Amino acid sequence: MDSALGRLQEKDPEIFKRLGRTVVHEGELPRHSVYTRFLHWAYGVFFFLALISGFAIYLPFLFRVFAPVFGGPAHTRMLHPWFGLGFVFFFGLQALNWLGPMTWTEADTHWIKNPRQAVFNDDLVEAEDVGMFNGGQKLQFWEITIGSVVYLVTGIIMWAGARTFGAMLVAISYVLHDISALVMLFGIFVHVYLSTIGQPGTMQAMTRGTVSEAWGWTHAPAWYRYMTGRDPRQALEQERQRRTARERALEQLARQSGK
Amino acid sequence: MAERRILQTEQISGHPGPVAGAGVQRDFEVCKLIDTTTCIGCKACEVACVEWNDMPFQPTMFDNTYQTMPETNWNYWNLIKFNEHVREDGTLMWLMRKDQCMHCADPGCLDACPADGAIVKYANGIVDFQQENCIGCEFCVSGCPFNIPRFNKETKKVYKCTLCSDRVGQGLEPACIKSCPTGCLHFGTKEDMKMLAEGRAKQLRDVSGFKDAGVYDPEGVGGTHVIYVLHDAANPQIYGGLPKDPSVSFAYKAWKSILKPIGLIGASLGFVGVLFHYVFEGPRREQPEVPPRKPESSSGRREG
Repeated sequence: MDSALGRLQEKDPEIFKRLGRTVVHEGELPRHSVYTRFLHWAYGVFFFLALISGFAIYLPFLFRVFAPVFGGPAHTRMLHPWFGLGFVFFFGLQALNWLGPMTWTEADTHWIKNPRQAVFNDDLVEAEDVGMFNGGQKLQFWEITIGSVVYLVTGIIMWAGARTFGAMLVAISYVLHDISALVMLFGIFVHVYLSTIGQPGTMQAMTRGTVSEAWGWTHAPAWYRYMTGRDPRQALEQERQRRTARERALEQLARQSGK
Repeated sequence: MAERRILQTEQISGHPGPVAGAGVQRDFEVCKLIDTTTCIGCKACEVACVEWNDMPFQPTMFDNTYQTMPETNWNYWNLIKFNEHVREDGTLMWLMRKDQCMHCADPGCLDACPADGAIVKYANGIVDFQQENCIGCEFCVSGCPFNIPRFNKETKKVYKCTLCSDRVGQGLEPACIKSCPTGCLHFGTKEDMKMLAEGRAKQLRDVSGFKDAGVYDPEGVGGTHVIYVLHDAANPQIYGGLPKDPSVSFAYKAWKSILKPIGLIGASLGFVGVLFHYVFEGPRREQPEVPPRKPESSSGRREG
């Protein structure tokens, strides 16, 4: 597994290889390198700071609710653009980091054209061509990438204000900035849900950096094949058989000792 | 409108004759009338404004005109704009327009402002900035169709003409009105000022040969509490960029008041969605998981 781990963090800045480690236990696969995980939590924190400070300015009936969180309205307004810059900066690095695995493929088109399998748990495992990221994840990634550009451009226009860019441009930016935020707000619920209780075992990919092999053949079969060289369906079947055999053996043992 | 009469005297004990002040106030809305046709550009109003509001003197920029500075400033709310306008027949008009906040009946700055209590509109029509509540976002600058609010980089607050709300509240006229030597500035009720302005415009049309003379009280912002008499009401933009048909941006009207709350509810459906997904459908687990119970009981996995 060392080679897989090496391949994973091949392009990471040297400092992150020394700063942290990814320990891959028996039955696990390395999924995200230290650098990737660092970036994720960096822009994650900035995202929520920007979101909550942005809420204060978003609507009058949220103003008195959220402004005190950051030390009052004037502070909130002063901090929000910096939170936003933090988010865009770190997400920008992640976007560069993930350009490869997030490239859209035929498999993603299939995935996105079949929303039933994405919503309902009829199929126990993902389609066999689903790689490191599925179509939904890539859709969200590209949404955030485009949204971040919108944030950055419209944010700078609003930051410099009408005295620099003119009233019309600020008014347009105001609407676009909101739309970008609304789409991302919708997305964050889905993202947090699926990475925690929605698909148990996912969260540790972004904390310790690993997932179980079972997670791999269940949620990202093509990626599992790439990482291990084994067939995901076969691996699942073998595991099933191993468990059944183990249960049978246990039952037998219980019967014998009961005699 | 009963509330406006609360402090008005109706009866006085042992008082001979009618009650003093009875029926004095017919119209509550105040208005400043600026007759550009009789303005001589003396700038007395500029000085009066700076004096009354106790604002420091500042360096100005000479741009080869008689204008004190190119634009109003955070501490210079009232500026005569000098414009040399060549008419179609080649003759020259020297237009002088006192530029300040128009005190719109439908103020775009107030619509755009996200800060609770930073901009108030009084029942008498005055639109006033409350700097202690201002968060310095400058959305008001973008919301204003007249480009009036001015940002102070040091205090991070926005300032503009108050129509001397402090004076008007005490029954005084605004400082600029008091200083005007030609009487081109008038102050009174909106109704009276409108009548005076229309009369003057008619005189200009009938007697002085300005056939396009008229009153500037733009509908797009619900009318203003500062109105102009112009020689050429069809082309207000020749008076130093007075907008012909000012209006408040879509962003601070329909978007802010209707679509933004709806959008937020829409985005929150993401939360509702995943909550009920967990309740109805449950998590998607790594395989192989513990198999569901055999269909002898009715509580199996999804059935259809």
